[in-house]
Amino acid sequence: MDLPAIAPILPQLASGAAHTHALGFTYDSLDGDRVRIRVPWREDLVGDPEAGVIAGGVVTTLLDHVGGLAVWVALDNFKPLATLDLRVDYMRPARPRTDLIAEARCYRLTRSIAFVRAWAFEDAPDDPVAAAQSAYILTTARPERRSRAEAGE
Amino acid sequence: MSRVIDAMPYARFLGLTVEQEAEVLTVTMPFSDHLIGNPMLPALHGGSTAALLEITAMAQVAESFPGMHLPRPINVSVAYLRPGRPQNVQARARINKAGRRVAHVLAEAWQEDEAQPIAALTAHFLLEDSF
Repeated sequence: MDLPAIAPILPQLASGAAHTHALGFTYDSLDGDRVRIRVPWREDLVGDPEAGVIAGGVVTTLLDHVGGLAVWVALDNFKPLATLDLRVDYMRPARPRTDLIAEARCYRLTRSIAFVRAWAFEDAPDDPVAAAQSAYILTTARPERRSRAEAGE
Repeated sequence: MSRVIDAMPYARFLGLTVEQEAEVLTVTMPFSDHLIGNPMLPALHGGSTAALLEITAMAQVAESFPGMHLPRPINVSVAYLRPGRPQNVQARARINKAGRRVAHVLAEAWQEDEAQPIAALTAHFLLEDSF
């Protein structure tokens, strides 16, 4: 199977921004339309110091971010996009002092909106810590709609 | 001033600070370069804003139910309303309904103008220590 054109830049898209770099996100793998990134466990990312598990907010960020990667995989192109909304269900506590992986798949792509599902887990997506459903807007999907004044109407 | 935020390493990573008026918390995420998700615009990473909202909601539930260990989110839903500019973000949460086991919480995040929120959160929290 040929790798999609986007594949070589996925590591950069996973961790290249200041925030994803600071959180330690790394690219994991691509299998068809399913893309995975990882956040290694770190003391300063913990939510509950007694339990020693990665904070919910980090999981949310991981799921938001991997969803964007899934959209670029579906487009096989890098285009500006913005998260419209994101819903995360927390199914169970994460394991203490353990890395988390997130996998996402863009299951529907229209001209302007991408619909994504994503899961976060330690070992396998069928035993998720959290599951997400999200929508992204492709910010340059079509030419800017000009106002009537600009269009001379 | 919030036991949740003071004790949370990740809240320190985000630089969160808390102000309190009566029972209501206002949480600030001061701008820092390590919050940037889109260097082109530049804009904050949506995840950092979502995390601020989630932690604000959690801290507000803990404030309102002081007997609990750490309020556990069941689910959170975040709508991104405007790009987060490279400036401070503030957030406040409101417990919309608290039953015996579950609380429904709303929160908003804004930058210069509270009337122009950049993101809004809806969440359910479990009010008992077993999941």
